[in-house]
Amino acid sequence: MKSIYLLVVLAPLLGAAVAGLAGHVIGRNNAHRLTVGAVAISALLSLFVLYQHVWGGVGPFNETIYRWASVGALNFEVGFLVDRLTALMMVVVTSVSLAVHVYTIGYMHDDPGYQRFFSYINLFTFSMLMLVMANNFLQLFFGWEAVGLVSYLLIGFWYRKETAIVANLKAFLVNRVGDFGFLLGIAAVLMYYKSLDYAEVFAAATAAPTMTLSIFGTEALVATVGALLLFIGAMGKSAQVPLHVWLPDSMEGPTPISALIHAATMVTAGIFLVARMSPIFELSETALSVVLVLGAITALFMGLVGLVQTDIKRVIAYSTLSQLGYMFVALGASAYAAGVFHLMTHAFFKALLFLGAGAVIIALHHEQDMRKMGNLRRYLPMTHITMLLGTLALVGTPFFSGYYSKDVIIEAVHAADRFGAQFAWWAVLLGVFITALYSFRLYFLVFWGEERLDPKAKAHITHLPRYVLPVMQWPLVALAIPSVVIGYLTIEPMLFGDFFANSIVVNPANDVLAKKGADFHGPFAFGLHAAVNPAFWLTVAGAATAWFFYIYRPQWLPAINQRAAGLVWVLKHQYGFDALYRVVFAGGGRWIGQALWRGGDQRVIDGLIVNGTARTIGRVAGALRGVQSGYLYHYAFVMIVGLLLLLTLFVGSWRGWF
Amino acid sequence: MLALSDYLVLSALLFSIGMAGIFLNRKNAIVLLMSIELILLAVNFNFIAFSHFLGDIHGQVFVFFILTVAAAESAIGLAILVVLFRNRDTINVGDLDSMKG
Repeated sequence: MKSIYLLVVLAPLLGAAVAGLAGHVIGRNNAHRLTVGAVAISALLSLFVLYQHVWGGVGPFNETIYRWASVGALNFEVGFLVDRLTALMMVVVTSVSLAVHVYTIGYMHDDPGYQRFFSYINLFTFSMLMLVMANNFLQLFFGWEAVGLVSYLLIGFWYRKETAIVANLKAFLVNRVGDFGFLLGIAAVLMYYKSLDYAEVFAAATAAPTMTLSIFGTEALVATVGALLLFIGAMGKSAQVPLHVWLPDSMEGPTPISALIHAATMVTAGIFLVARMSPIFELSETALSVVLVLGAITALFMGLVGLVQTDIKRVIAYSTLSQLGYMFVALGASAYAAGVFHLMTHAFFKALLFLGAGAVIIALHHEQDMRKMGNLRRYLPMTHITMLLGTLALVGTPFFSGYYSKDVIIEAVHAADRFGAQFAWWAVLLGVFITALYSFRLYFLVFWGEERLDPKAKAHITHLPRYVLPVMQWPLVALAIPSVVIGYLTIEPMLFGDFFANSIVVNPANDVLAKKGADFHGPFAFGLHAAVNPAFWLTVAGAATAWFFYIYRPQWLPAINQRAAGLVWVLKHQYGFDALYRVVFAGGGRWIGQALWRGGDQRVIDGLIVNGTARTIGRVAGALRGVQSGYLYHYAFVMIVGLLLLLTLFVGSWRGWF
Repeated sequence: MLALSDYLVLSALLFSIGMAGIFLNRKNAIVLLMSIELILLAVNFNFIAFSHFLGDIHGQVFVFFILTVAAAESAIGLAILVVLFRNRDTINVGDLDSMKG
């Protein structure tokens, strides 16, 4: 199996290297053949790995592949830990990546940076696989930074576009804040658990659950501090409030990477991290409460912002933020399996929605404003159907995958007995209504209602090359299938069976899923249960509200917007996070820089020390130069005066005058 | 009979006149030489006065030496003045400031 794991990881790396370094030599077609082939190999092997782990009786694999360096008792190693959690992540990453690769052939068809793009997304697949397959914190950090780097490169893929450059810089900087915590977390783990290897760390953590450390003069559990620091890293990467500001702006990048990196895989690295670190998080109620509350805040409030966005990709971006919040709520409620389950279903239907949005954007010649769309189901029937399926999955229609994952989260947090659980339950429940509202708002604005196309976009959609759309639509179909059925098929083993076996550790007292498992009578009964489920009726209400305001009575909207002008203003400004960061952190940084430059550099160092020395010498010399008049009699006079003084001193001291 | 202090006062007066001659003189370098002679005379006066009142002949011997040296110095000074005049066409003290910093 070891060689298979290696091949899974190295195939995309090879593809990235060849497409990136020799892209112009091998040409456009060979570049996409090579990279798609590499990812296809990875995806097939990942499926095989998952199959082997679930049905083939293969146990967890935990081995060092390569020792990079050894310092004292500390080893820096490259190693793989492949258990069922990893295998599942591998399948999700590579399959979504494969769909996105194929889709990109159409989406980037006219782009001059074709090979570069394929090289980047192959590199991303490699980095993400390194992240999820790591068996130690160092490799995890490597993968973590590598996906961040590729994200940076891809947000700024169109590097002549100023907004894209600003957005990728922002993503990079905000992620540094998260990485700061993440790195401190790794340092804390290394310091107190004396190892970087997962297995050793978890063993050490479980062996000493009450170990404390002193921080700022107060005693705190090592597990709490470590878990919170690692969670700060997860917040940065998974864009949780208050480090969420980069994700909406990352939509400046090409749509395929919005689907792959900023919806399906990279941003879920934080969820994977917390699930992987479950033995540490389980030791700290405080850390889990923080995860729970921040996740709930993100889930509810970021969904609300999605209601007022007009850019199709931004709506989906805020939806992603909100859904990531749901996942963290699940993790915070100790229902790690539910979080990972939602991660998986979300990866499929959110990638589907993004790719659908990308198809719309390409068809309309890079038009992203939903106010200039409408009634597109006539032109894009396949995109319409698949996006409808994705939307239904997202809002949680019974029997669709999103229904299972989201509903389990809501029930799990309801059953959880933890500080903040009550609040989180209300937040996620209300979030269901909001989700349905913004999702169907998008759906109706784009595919129904009157046609509001620009003449140019209309000309483009009717003269689109025949082969562009199909290659973009097949991935949509490929993603639509799991979006619909995967929840139904996998809920039982993943959540209530022992699918995750030993890869996720839950304290029996916290195990809300086990409690829920007693009421579970198969996926079909779970689906029917929707009828007596408040969440389902909230979904229906949300969809109905969207239908009412965007199809039935669109003329009422301006009046409502006017009435709620204050609220809309707040939402349009994203609660002022951007403004706050711009003024306080960016502005403050600039101010400090200016102050140090003007005050420190220009005044003190240049003015006082460097030029000041020269100026002082000049001034003293100028004063002394006046003494040196050149007249002999002046010098003689000074000599006489000096003589007199010396004489006075001499005689005075002899006679005892002083 | 004149007291020692009378001689010393005269000597101090001569010295002061010499000093004033050096400092107040703005015109003529020859006046400088004359002033220096005056200062030397004041010194000689002191030597003679002390020599007489202390009954020690050494002071008067010194005066001879000083007079000799002063004469030589005057000769050299005047020679320098001649050379200076040849070079600069002036012996005006106010113009001689080439040592100015």
